[in-house]
Amino acid sequence: MIISGLFKFSCLYKKVNFVLFFVVDQLRSVSVDLNNDSSLLIDIPDALCERDKVKFTVHTKTTLNSFQKPDFSVSRQHEDFIWLHDTLVETEEYAGLIIPPAPPKPDFESPREKMHKLGEGEATMTKEEYTKMKQELEAEYLAVFKKTVQVHEIFLQRLSSHPNLSKDRNFQIFLEYDQDLSVRRKNAKEMFGGFFKNMVKSADEVLISGIKDVDEFFEQEKTFLLDYFSKIKDSTAKAEKMTRSHKNVADDYIHISATLNSIAADDNTALKQHLEKFAELLEKLRKVEGRVASDQELKLTELLRYYMRDIQAAKDLLYRRARALADYENSNKALDKARLKSKDVAQAEENQKQCLLKFDKLSESGKKELTSFKGRRVVAFRKNLIEMAELEIKHAKQCVILHSTCIDLMDSSFIFAVVQVRGRR
Amino acid sequence: MTAWEPPDRPRSRLAYCCPEKMAEDREPPPLADAVQTDFREVEEGEDLFVSTVSTAEQLSPTSPEPASFPAEDISTNSNGPKQEILLDDDQEDLFAEATEEVSLDSPEREPILSDGPSPAITPVTPTVIITPRVDALFDRSLDEDEEAEENGDTFDMQITVSDPEKVGDGMNAYMAYKVTTKTSLSLFSRNEFSVKRRFSDFLGLHSKLASKYMHIGYIVPPAPEKSIVGMTKVKVGKEDLSSAEFVEKRRSALERYLMRTVNHPALVKDPDVIQFLENTELPRAVSTQALSGAGILRMVNKAADAVNKMTIKMNESDAWFEEKQQQFENLDIQLRKLHASVESLVCHRKELSVNTASFAKSAAMLGNSEDHTALSRALSQLAEVEEKIDQLHHEQAYADFYLFSELLGDYVRLITAVKGVFDQRMKTWSKWQDAQVMLQRKREAEAKLQYANKPDKLQQAKDEIKEEIEEWEAKVQQGERDFEQISKNIRREVERFEKQRVKDFKVVIIKYLESLVHTQQQLIKYWEAFLPEAKAIA
Repeated sequence: MIISGLFKFSCLYKKVNFVLFFVVDQLRSVSVDLNNDSSLLIDIPDALCERDKVKFTVHTKTTLNSFQKPDFSVSRQHEDFIWLHDTLVETEEYAGLIIPPAPPKPDFESPREKMHKLGEGEATMTKEEYTKMKQELEAEYLAVFKKTVQVHEIFLQRLSSHPNLSKDRNFQIFLEYDQDLSVRRKNAKEMFGGFFKNMVKSADEVLISGIKDVDEFFEQEKTFLLDYFSKIKDSTAKAEKMTRSHKNVADDYIHISATLNSIAADDNTALKQHLEKFAELLEKLRKVEGRVASDQELKLTELLRYYMRDIQAAKDLLYRRARALADYENSNKALDKARLKSKDVAQAEENQKQCLLKFDKLSESGKKELTSFKGRRVVAFRKNLIEMAELEIKHAKQCVILHSTCIDLMDSSFIFAVVQVRGRR
Repeated sequence: MTAWEPPDRPRSRLAYCCPEKMAEDREPPPLADAVQTDFREVEEGEDLFVSTVSTAEQLSPTSPEPASFPAEDISTNSNGPKQEILLDDDQEDLFAEATEEVSLDSPEREPILSDGPSPAITPVTPTVIITPRVDALFDRSLDEDEEAEENGDTFDMQITVSDPEKVGDGMNAYMAYKVTTKTSLSLFSRNEFSVKRRFSDFLGLHSKLASKYMHIGYIVPPAPEKSIVGMTKVKVGKEDLSSAEFVEKRRSALERYLMRTVNHPALVKDPDVIQFLENTELPRAVSTQALSGAGILRMVNKAADAVNKMTIKMNESDAWFEEKQQQFENLDIQLRKLHASVESLVCHRKELSVNTASFAKSAAMLGNSEDHTALSRALSQLAEVEEKIDQLHHEQAYADFYLFSELLGDYVRLITAVKGVFDQRMKTWSKWQDAQVMLQRKREAEAKLQYANKPDKLQQAKDEIKEEIEEWEAKVQQGERDFEQISKNIRREVERFEKQRVKDFKVVIIKYLESLVHTQQQLIKYWEAFLPEAKAIA
């Protein structure tokens, strides 16, 4: 499904308003099998950026009876998404599922800082240079904006595609409740509780990764996921650095091109044409390089980043299962103790049965989830790597054409210009 | 015809070296009659020249017959002497292409100066007249002609600086470079020879050339800069990448410096240059050290010059000089800015290369850890591709630097040298003016003496004053001659410089573009090799 959007956002320092219309289908390929079920279709067609807050318009189209209307929209903030995610994580029922990772907070820090620096350096550049740099920054800002909308959208779409999670009550509230959700959001106590839980979890992490699992499948998954997570985290960071360097090179072309134009303007020798053509070429090149950088970012860096978060979610599932196992073992010990003391045996037996049930359920659904996760991951990687390679080839070919045209023009004008130089004397 | 004796022109060295060629020069050009008529038709004459360049080359080398130039139909300027200079230049250049051997200081040219006011027009050939056929010929003959102008005989000289070797230990250590010259010029005793030189030798050479030629208006190419940090690292014996890069950068800079120096028609014939290239042993140029007596003297002079520059207010009567000075000022600023941007590009590309390499390693580890076999293989392949790409970026950064950035750095320094000769001209003018002022004073003193009333001392004083007046009259004349000479030289030098600049930049731009194309083509190759691997993930 193609999502088209009308995006309006006011820029922080300069208060520039943009209205852009574009077709978005990019980051969705990070996670496949989304929005296939037409009974519940979700998208984010619109978003507004004010100062630090981004307000998303969540639009739902549904044929399900559980909703009051077939087509409706609400306005949500990033914090609302986090609330929804955390609520799902803390729901016992979903312990055996991989909860889709929460979308990261919108981060406009980088383009904002650059915009600030640009403003400071305005005096040192020509007007043309400044305009181009500003355009570039605005494009970057837009890209960050696009990305954040997409990650939020994907989060919701993964929920709606999941057989269990799509039926969650809180999810429904999120989609439907036409008032501000801040009332339902975590209050301080809950937050503290959540924080505490995270601390305990990391202790578990240390504890659990030491215990060897009886079940081969889970043992393998555990080893694999732990290792893979650290590697993919590293790769994401390195890919990000690489993409940023690429952008820096593209930006340098802007400055060089502008200065060459200034020199060409003053020049009245045969060099003038060469300089102008060279400057023109660099201007075109920097656009291509910029696209190479942003394509690389979307297809590679974002892919890695997304799956890093997804693997964290898978790890969380493993921890929950491990904790259930620990609970079961504890209940066993309690039962033994109770039997020894002949006190509350029935209760202990019931407890033990419950724990075992929970653990088995977790294991069963966990296995299903993890297997499908692997399949999903492989497909996504394949798609993105192919697309990245194809785009790189396309851009490089374009560069070659641009260069060759320029060189040809120069060579022919070289002869022409030589004649002029001679003639002038 | 020659009422006015030309000033102390440097006699044609060519005449001394190759007397036989001078004889050949006496034939009038075959096209002299075409130019003889109306000077206004010089445009067509130009065309004829231009279109017959190839044919002229096949004919025996000729030089212009000065007398054939008409004196009528010539617009005049108020600057008498400068006009003649202009004509001289024009004529040189006008006929330059027509001949294979052109001596810029040929003695027959001296009578030209007396030929009354010269045309101020620089004829412009409408390029439409040039036929395509000639274009092709031009292309072929271009280099030969350009080089032919620079020297009497066909320029054939190749200098390479290579094999940097560390000599000595500790703080007294230095790098010795092998300077190899390959030439067919008769100036040198052999066709191929090499010597060992150290950095201070190069500086010494430059210092000698500058003191000999700067004050008469020759643009002496500047030597590479000293670098305390770089050299200390080398001396200390740090065998790392940065000191290797420093040595390479310096080696390349020294090579370019020598090539530029010998490309100058006057400098290549200088005995110091020849000695530098040929002699096995060279007296150590101690005076190039910063703290030596000569070094300190240099600093003092520099300060004095800076002060003078501010105080001398020259009456510029020649618009050409004013225009050119302004042009070079602007170019200086722009080139510095461009240089800074390119240096930033080099830096970022190096960063990109490093980051790509580290990503490649990370991707390889990720591939190892991946349990899906096909995906694992694809990730490893991705790592390999990225590694190759990082090499590419590294090479491109190298090209960015050595082709583009170093050229800009060289030109920033060259333009400083150009500005230097303009300053020298100002100094020369100032000296001339000062001499005039002194002469005036002496004349006033003489006049005063006439009305003095001391008969006994009068005669002696009168004689003295008369002597002094004569002395200063001579100085004034000399000052004027010097000023004219330097102005003429500068015009010629600037023209040569501009031509060289155009050529250098064009060549570099095209080479640089070709390096960029190469990088992109390699990228295509690598990604196309990767694509099937990615598709193979099942």
